[in-house]
Amino acid sequence: MQTSSTEPAVGKNSESRSGIRNTRILVLLVIATNVLGNVSLSHGMQQVGRIISASPLDYLRAFANPWTLLGICVLLVWMLSDLALLSRADLSFVLPVTASAYVLVAIGGHFLLHDHISWERWLGIVLITGGVILAEETPARTTKGPPEHLL
Amino acid sequence: MKWLLVAIIAVCNTLGDVLNTAGMKRQGEVEDLSLGSLARMVKRIFRNTLVLAGFAALAVSFFALLSLLSITTVSFAVPATAVSYLLETLLAKYILGEDVRWRRWAAATLVACGVVLLSF
Repeated sequence: MQTSSTEPAVGKNSESRSGIRNTRILVLLVIATNVLGNVSLSHGMQQVGRIISASPLDYLRAFANPWTLLGICVLLVWMLSDLALLSRADLSFVLPVTASAYVLVAIGGHFLLHDHISWERWLGIVLITGGVILAEETPARTTKGPPEHLL
Repeated sequence: MKWLLVAIIAVCNTLGDVLNTAGMKRQGEVEDLSLGSLARMVKRIFRNTLVLAGFAALAVSFFALLSLLSITTVSFAVPATAVSYLLETLLAKYILGEDVRWRRWAAATLVACGVVLLSF
């Protein structure tokens, strides 16, 4: 179902000015909650220590850590905002654009936790940033309505 | 065994995202970002078979990742993530009917390569 380049097919709401703004807000929310949720969760799990257990109770104990709990709550917001974003935008747009979370985690780790970034990792950061910019230049939604054959 | 788990992670991750996208498109756009409309979205998700199937696929992918991490290091999971970006773009074009042209292909490829390099 290719659309012509002269008349891009878009969802009924996503092409309006407020629609574009809402899609942008959701993109930023998805990226921010992804970064904050994962950083908080991994900080919490490092405090809890290694869990080598088959018992679910030992995993439940990890939830008592405030950072773990905060991470899980923020990741819940991430999941919901991701679904809201997917209701408005293409998957092939959302995937590369939200990959900027990787870049933020790497740069944040470098400046806040003084993580070493090797030249391979810098190259990775540059490539992902290039991908984000390229995807950002395409319209967020190119389909009209849901994919019919999947219903 | 390791590569089987990597394959399961990549395939289930891709399936999960594609099903979630199809399900959310069927459910309709979340038009405004008020708490009320987000609550309505959540309520409708529980009756949305595509999104529920998507969650199930993502859960399988998550547990496969946990077992992979228990037998090897996290760098082994990276190829699965990288392959997912390309597989998902392919399915977005041919199953979801999205208009994927050179910019999006290049974006997915750059991100997939970048993800691999970041693991060094």
